[in-house]
Amino acid sequence: MQKAYKKYFAVFVLPTLLAFTVFFIIPFVMGIVLSFCKFTTVTNARFVGVTNYIKAFSNADFLNALGFTTKFTIVSVITINVIAFAIAYGLTRGIKGTNFFRTTFFMPNLIGGIVLGYIWQLMINAVLANFDVTITSDAKYGFWGLVILMNWQLIGYMMIIYIAAIQNIPGELIEAAKIDGATKTQTMFKVIIPMAMPSITICLFLSLTNAFKLFDQNLALTAGAPSRKTAGLALDIYTTFYNRNGWEGVGQAKAVVFFIIVGAVSMLQLYITRKREVEE
Amino acid sequence: MAKKAKKNNDMAESVEVSKTAAIIMTIVFIILAVIFLFPILLVLMNSFKNKLYISEQPFSLPGGETFAGLSNYIGGLAKTGFFSAALNSAIITILSVILIVVLTSMTAWWLTRVKSKFSSVLYYLFVFAMIVPFQMVMFTLSKVTDILNLGNPIGIVIVYVGFGAGQAVFMFAGFVKSIPISLEEAAMLDGCTPIQTFFLVVFPILKPTAITVAILNAMWVWNDYLLPLLVLKSDYQTIPIAVQYLKGGYGSVDMGAMMGMLVLAIVPIVVVYLLCQKHIIKGVAAGAVKG
Repeated sequence: MQKAYKKYFAVFVLPTLLAFTVFFIIPFVMGIVLSFCKFTTVTNARFVGVTNYIKAFSNADFLNALGFTTKFTIVSVITINVIAFAIAYGLTRGIKGTNFFRTTFFMPNLIGGIVLGYIWQLMINAVLANFDVTITSDAKYGFWGLVILMNWQLIGYMMIIYIAAIQNIPGELIEAAKIDGATKTQTMFKVIIPMAMPSITICLFLSLTNAFKLFDQNLALTAGAPSRKTAGLALDIYTTFYNRNGWEGVGQAKAVVFFIIVGAVSMLQLYITRKREVEE
Repeated sequence: MAKKAKKNNDMAESVEVSKTAAIIMTIVFIILAVIFLFPILLVLMNSFKNKLYISEQPFSLPGGETFAGLSNYIGGLAKTGFFSAALNSAIITILSVILIVVLTSMTAWWLTRVKSKFSSVLYYLFVFAMIVPFQMVMFTLSKVTDILNLGNPIGIVIVYVGFGAGQAVFMFAGFVKSIPISLEEAAMLDGCTPIQTFFLVVFPILKPTAITVAILNAMWVWNDYLLPLLVLKSDYQTIPIAVQYLKGGYGSVDMGAMMGMLVLAIVPIVVVYLLCQKHIIKGVAAGAVKG
């Protein structure tokens, strides 16, 4: 059979492979090469070694963005997953209206980042107006605004995944724990959470990469104001590319660093949480 | 995990809570639901208010002199060309999703069935693409699409196939592995070509994954901002681009028009969500079961 299939490579794989090569592999490889070049368009690139990387790491905006994204990711990954898990646990207790609540909590996830950003800009400015400030008056408003926005957007998504996981835990396990005299806290930490570990791996991965790559929400909510203090990495890279002439190479070098960080952090997270999953 | 999910809800029975606890939980969830819905209702409310009052009295209901009727909507539509943007968004999303589902399911099936070094290298390349952030390729990608003259709502669809291929191939491949090969052997013995075998035997079995892939990609493409902004020529807008366009350069934003457009951007999503809620929620839960 393999032989029969093999001949059909051009039908089954080629179209996807062509699109994938032209729009992903080639831009990716070019991106790595260009990070070592000075250029304004692809055609006038000139090799400059690691100059772009040195410039990137001595750029205050980039270092600030790195700090901002790191802090933002840590805070939002923790809050999103704790709250989503708690809601999922509550919604699997058989109370009335479960469906309605699930539908409501998930809805913000479907709205795009740009629209979400402006919804929350209105909301946060409306509250801050009572103190005569706006979201761009101080970096801390923008930071916490983004954290709240991200929670609002992703809690529903993670909740859906956690609900599926909790419903999958065999009831006998919980019964057995009860009979053995386990307290509710013990049941939670010794039975439910370990059994839900595969879903925790996935949710941590999804929220981590989403928080790290955050762009649309950042652009719409604060656009980095005041004075680039609330710009995350993705937004900083965008600004370097398109709002700063002659810095295209540095933008590309920043993007390579960004890619390496995202890759390393997500691999590390997968490795750590995978190890804690219960063997089946 | 996906397969087990269908088993039953036996957990729920063994952990039902007492009546008082149920009441307290219901109250907490009602409060949470209000918090979740409030920002959207606030936008809706302010979309009917005169723009001067939106920043001054954001929490008051429109009425009397603050009531603006539909003027925010009319003004916003005049400023953005929202309807042509919505049409572009719809065309791009529908075509991209169809192409991604058909092409990547074929690819995933071939890569899983034909065991060779080449197919496994290719598979891992697709997996690798999933973690690469868009910023890494955005500049070079937009140059490539410029050269190939793909900056229109049809051309961008191919770009989405290339960029969405990684995750979709990965999800389909995971499911193909669980399909017994004997079905395909029987079809081949009956004289089906591999193309017939795939579309008549394999694809129907892949349907649940196809729905999941379709939903996740529709959510992505419909809401995507940066890729269309960089790829499309400036005479084409999508909804997110039209909304961001209202912000313009410096200067102040017309908050009235912004509120109107936000509502128009949210309405189609809410309608589709309420109609296909079950599929969407199921699809998301199943889509999370990655390798």
